[in-house]
Amino acid sequence: MKELMLGNKALARGLYEAGCKVISSYPGTPSTEITEEAALYDEIYCEWAPNEKVAMEVAHGASLGGVRSATAMKHVGLNVAADPLFTISYQGLNAGLVVCVADDPGMHSSQNEQDSRHYAEAAKVPMLEPADSEEARVFAKRAYELSEKFNTPVFLKMCTRVAHSQSVVNTEERIVPEQVPYKKDPTKVMMTKNSRDAHVRVEQRTKDLIAFAEDCDLNRVEMGDTSIGFITSSTSYQYAKEVYGDNASYLKLGMIWPLPEKLILDFAEHVDKVVVLEELDPFIENHCRKLGLEVVGKETFPICGEFSQNLVRTALGGDAPDELAIADEIPGRPPVMCAGCPHRGIFYILSKLKCMVYGDIGCYTLGAVAPLNAMDLNVCMGASCSGLHGFNKAMGEQGEKMSVGVIGDSTFIHSGITGITDIAYNMSNSTVIILDNSITGMTGHQQNPTTGKNLRGEPAGKVNLEALCAALGFNRVTVVDPYDLAEVERVVKEELVAEEPSIIISRRPCVMIKGTVHKPPIKVNTDKCVGCKMCMKIGCPAISVRDKKAVIDTTLCIGCEVCTQMCKFGALCPAAKEGR
Amino acid sequence: METKNIMIVGVGGQGTLLASKILGHVLLSQNFDVKVSEVHGMSQRGGSVVTYVRYGEKVYSPVIDKGEADAIVAFEKLEAARWISYLKKGGQIIVNTQEVEPMPVITGAAEYPQELVSKMEAAGANVDAKDFLAIAEEAGSAKAVNIALMGRLSKYFPEIPEAAWEEAIDVIVAEKFRALNHKAFEFGRNA
Repeated sequence: MKELMLGNKALARGLYEAGCKVISSYPGTPSTEITEEAALYDEIYCEWAPNEKVAMEVAHGASLGGVRSATAMKHVGLNVAADPLFTISYQGLNAGLVVCVADDPGMHSSQNEQDSRHYAEAAKVPMLEPADSEEARVFAKRAYELSEKFNTPVFLKMCTRVAHSQSVVNTEERIVPEQVPYKKDPTKVMMTKNSRDAHVRVEQRTKDLIAFAEDCDLNRVEMGDTSIGFITSSTSYQYAKEVYGDNASYLKLGMIWPLPEKLILDFAEHVDKVVVLEELDPFIENHCRKLGLEVVGKETFPICGEFSQNLVRTALGGDAPDELAIADEIPGRPPVMCAGCPHRGIFYILSKLKCMVYGDIGCYTLGAVAPLNAMDLNVCMGASCSGLHGFNKAMGEQGEKMSVGVIGDSTFIHSGITGITDIAYNMSNSTVIILDNSITGMTGHQQNPTTGKNLRGEPAGKVNLEALCAALGFNRVTVVDPYDLAEVERVVKEELVAEEPSIIISRRPCVMIKGTVHKPPIKVNTDKCVGCKMCMKIGCPAISVRDKKAVIDTTLCIGCEVCTQMCKFGALCPAAKEGR
Repeated sequence: METKNIMIVGVGGQGTLLASKILGHVLLSQNFDVKVSEVHGMSQRGGSVVTYVRYGEKVYSPVIDKGEADAIVAFEKLEAARWISYLKKGGQIIVNTQEVEPMPVITGAAEYPQELVSKMEAAGANVDAKDFLAIAEEAGSAKAVNIALMGRLSKYFPEIPEAAWEEAIDVIVAEKFRALNHKAFEFGRNA
């Protein structure tokens, strides 16, 4: 059946058709929908794991149990999962294991622009890279064949424009291979001789994979005009085809690690000029140069950011189409914390107290933007806890009395627990605020171990954050309602000066979760409003000031009443108390 | 045929994704090759959002570049102006005249530019600007503004039968909102 499908959905369809039975993942844009879409098939057990390392180990465990399994993550998630991956590559499998990783060139929703292809080379794991939805579906199935034939995990690499583009897909039936019986095998224990033997096997496997890559149909030669020949893959192939059509030749690589040496050399011999077109790092290009080829590459195309047809066109000397233009400067529209977001109150107080705020990864990164300007920095999942500890070890009391770490509930489970363990164990008087909004927000509302529900929304185990922190050695664990500004300010001040480590749990569900109660919009008493703009300091998108009076956008306001606490003149009133 | 390019632009949360879903469904039903490209994640939190829709015999690139769009559907006036450089000379832009102030305007760091419709016309765009929010409200709900705009867009593609649009609404919109959305589509088309 012909269907328009998101790349991630098509990939999930491919996993389904290949008979995949277990998927364990951690959400991360642009990879999240792979697991969400797979979960719509009852035949696949799908779960959100606490982090990507756990997910990778779960998927490998399922492979050892004899069923086809998968894990999906974003590029930075692969850093977390790298530890098990490198040894799984040595140890091998019992049934196919596919590792889906989605890069984010252009950083639409990421903190860096790393190129996952380096992991394929470093971990000696083959990598397939689809260029559209149909290839995502087909390559998922091919990845399992490859995985089982060569006894290796196989990467399926997506990027934002493949993951989040819909294109036409032809679906096929699901075929489930027979479960492979588990047999104890003493060579699977990765130590001394076993590991040394495994490394030798892995090196031979790469040679076998190169031989396979030379004439597999995952790599395709399309000969057209031979004055220019593109060696390319993924969206870069699409941009080149868009611009050059039949006026160029193409070596379209579907398998980008290991690379086919003879095929590349043979293709180069048949064209006048070789252009390597790839987003991010010169990965294929370096390989071509190692083979002694002269190619056009990163001296012509940028390493940073996404490509497009105009970029390819102009880089190779062509003209971009004319553009319409108006003279006005168009104000930016950066993303903002939603009206009623429970993080707003915390960040307002942290900003007011001029705290050094070590941030983390999630919606609350938006606490960094004006007018709150309440975040000093962020690095990666969990760094707000461990990084803060290091900062305070350097700064001593001076740091401890003015700095906090802020971390969301899901991020805390992912990588914060070990960081606060370090705070408690090695005793810095650090203060960490867990922003518990009962959901993984930024990636589109996934459940996590603190929500009491599993990926499918069914009842599940639930981490008790207070008890967990206490068990790790925190004597000071305080829960606050972030809508209560006075209480937040009192607690933050108290914990900053406390002579021992503290945890503040700021607890309020995300206003975007279905079922969160919204109150009627706040009303403005224009007689009392003096236009002082104090209410604007919290950066709520529902509040503006026009003609020197506050105006509430009633389509956005959910009646959280944080702004009413900002107003010294009683001009902002909850709807229920109006006229009192 | 040459590949055609349509962009849907707006503010995160305005319902642009549903509109692009309907458009994609319509084009696929006409046996075109179709690509629909959107961005999820951070920008959906009230940021500027864009969806690229391309169709033809064979579509390669998933994105539309500056100077390439045959049509743009703008859910908000400032967003229309932000993306105007993507319109082809003589291309059609449909503008919902609603103004949603971005944070720099709310905080007073920037001003919402004036006379944007006439400026876009002067730049060489065919502008069809209307208060589609009011049109959707008249049809029954402000939330149907996305379908009202799709109704308007359908007017500019006479080669695609109206029934294909109606069918897409039936397939994609939840049953309890279907009647409302059909009405919004008609109101938008004939406004």
